[in-house]
Amino acid sequence: MYQYNEVDQALVEQRVAQFRDQTRRFLDGNLTEDQFRPLRLMNGLYLQTHAPMLRIAIPYGLLSSEQLRMLAQITREYDKGYAHFTTRQNIQLNWPALERVPDILADLASVQMHAIQTSGNCIRNVTSDPLAGIAADELEDPRPYCEIIRQWSTLHPEFAFLPRKFKIAVSGASSDRAATQVHDIGLHLVQSSRGETGFEVLVGGGLGRTPIIGQVIRPFLEKKHLISYLEAILRVYNRLGRRDNKYRARIKITVRETGLDKFRELVEAEWIRIRGSMEVEVERYEEMRAYFSMPAYKEAAEPHQALQENQNQDAEFATWLRYNTTEHKVPGYSAVYLSLKAPDAPPGDITESQLDTVATLADQYSFGQVRTTHRQNLVLADVRQSELFDLWQKLVSLNLATPNIGTLHDMICCPGLDFCSLANAGSIEIAAEINKVFDDIDYLQDLGDIKINISGCMNGCGHQSVGHIGILGVDKKGVEWYQITLGGSSHNEAAIGKRLGPAVSKAKLVDTLSRILHVYTDNRTTDEPFLDTVNRIGIQPFKERVYANH
Amino acid sequence: MQIIRHAKIVSDHWTHVADGPIPSEGCISVSFARWKNQRTELLSRVDDLGLRVSSEDPIEEVTEDLDRFQMIGLDFPVFTDGRLFSVARTLRDHYGYQGEIRAMGGFIRDQIFFLSRVGVDSFEMEEGSDLDGALSALDDFSVSYQISSEVRN
Repeated sequence: MYQYNEVDQALVEQRVAQFRDQTRRFLDGNLTEDQFRPLRLMNGLYLQTHAPMLRIAIPYGLLSSEQLRMLAQITREYDKGYAHFTTRQNIQLNWPALERVPDILADLASVQMHAIQTSGNCIRNVTSDPLAGIAADELEDPRPYCEIIRQWSTLHPEFAFLPRKFKIAVSGASSDRAATQVHDIGLHLVQSSRGETGFEVLVGGGLGRTPIIGQVIRPFLEKKHLISYLEAILRVYNRLGRRDNKYRARIKITVRETGLDKFRELVEAEWIRIRGSMEVEVERYEEMRAYFSMPAYKEAAEPHQALQENQNQDAEFATWLRYNTTEHKVPGYSAVYLSLKAPDAPPGDITESQLDTVATLADQYSFGQVRTTHRQNLVLADVRQSELFDLWQKLVSLNLATPNIGTLHDMICCPGLDFCSLANAGSIEIAAEINKVFDDIDYLQDLGDIKINISGCMNGCGHQSVGHIGILGVDKKGVEWYQITLGGSSHNEAAIGKRLGPAVSKAKLVDTLSRILHVYTDNRTTDEPFLDTVNRIGIQPFKERVYANH
Repeated sequence: MQIIRHAKIVSDHWTHVADGPIPSEGCISVSFARWKNQRTELLSRVDDLGLRVSSEDPIEEVTEDLDRFQMIGLDFPVFTDGRLFSVARTLRDHYGYQGEIRAMGGFIRDQIFFLSRVGVDSFEMEEGSDLDGALSALDDFSVSYQISSEVRN
């Protein structure tokens, strides 16, 4: 993975010093709350319902075991011994004290980490495919490009005070595991008709109150122009984006109000002007690629036989293998999902002791690295198949082996009313209730791939509008109600879910889900996944069943 | 008043004229609208002329006139309005403007490093501000990842 040089290290250390000074001036009364707010947000610090929340960057979701241990130590020393992984591959602390945040940042800097631009109206942490570099369907590893984008966007002097937040995701595979179509900019590595690799550039996707799927602004961009093209989009957006209404300030609205063709014209005019002076040299890409070269894989020594025996002997292992591991481009290896969706734990949460043990397992089984995923799980990407049985046993004792990746239990869930000052309704308790009621593992496996996404308010941190089933918490005169959508997706066939009908009360939510699932099982053809059934039969049959006796 | 120019605290010699009469002598700055309305009258003056630009002013309309201004003041309505950062960079890199670019109005000390990187070379803070502190903010970082339009001398 990428290793900081002296420049990178100096930059994060100087940012710590700057933030320490800003915090001190705020506490001394020399910075007003209004002045401090954007400055602290730009460093991932929110002031929340109970305490500050600090969001720490995990660039494109890649962590070393050393970094995991530091995160474990930080949650012990400054927080309550647990942390929460986000949909953008970052990690959040829920209980740090404001005056100790500079110390947390200093500890992070000691392991090449930071919280720069994890919030605020600036370019956020760049995200990517959790299976980058190992996926069989990959054209090229996107991480070298992610790191170049990370550096370009970090403390970019011109784009620190944008109209609104700005998120970039990069995918190098044919299957989109990075939700690129719902990002402000989505980049896909693609091949031109001449066999050259470059980027398809999407712009104007986003969730929140007005979910919109991104559109292609440029079908093919030569790699050398990556940074100049991003810079051109940002410059046009910075000047054109609305500042009068924060709900109309994202680039998705700028593109919609300007029109894609006109917006493209403006971007390309700027790009043509600046591209000559901003080319990324081939050597720079090569240098960056070297940081993400393949680890020293061992020759596969007939792993399948032992694996088969273990599966035959242990049905639980076989189930876990089916749901929580995925294929690796190198024979004899698998990628392993560590489920952070145990039925008795808040989705995406992890304890300090789990963090420590995962670091040990990463060292032991997966070249000392861990990835975080958009769906709030972890991945050990390079595990020998012959060691899967050992690893599984250890994960079971850690409560990280629930065989539910891709099932109904693998929910995306925001922190909701329990932690967030924006939320209108609880979300963690809804996830817990769903887990409790739908607890028959055979039923879950029969239902197959169903993505439930839950947000406690319309800001949409839980990505409800692109859930196969989306659940949105709304406040009706002080009472929590839930709006349901069906048919959303952030995968290749990206779509915004359709509203089922009037919101349902908390008491009726699980019954409503149950009815939805029955419509599916009654109507599906053999092996037809939930989303396909919804798309085929439409929303009406679901509507009829749900609102029949309500 | 005292301002920061080219990384030094110096006395300012500019008068920012609002709606009142235009003084016949001395270095003055006028708003974008006033320049558009009274261009001929302003050009008949001998002393230096400055243009004050706000976030919404279309600088593209005065590109032919840029060499008539010894100073362009970027007048921040609020510090969170980042449009003028792109205006500064466009003035320097696109139009090749070489005069003084001044940050004024609602910007804050914590933006000075970034402003200098996009080509702002003088800083007019609110009366009573800590100018030494503001001066040190020019050196918040010794390293950067991006290309710079910085002017310090």
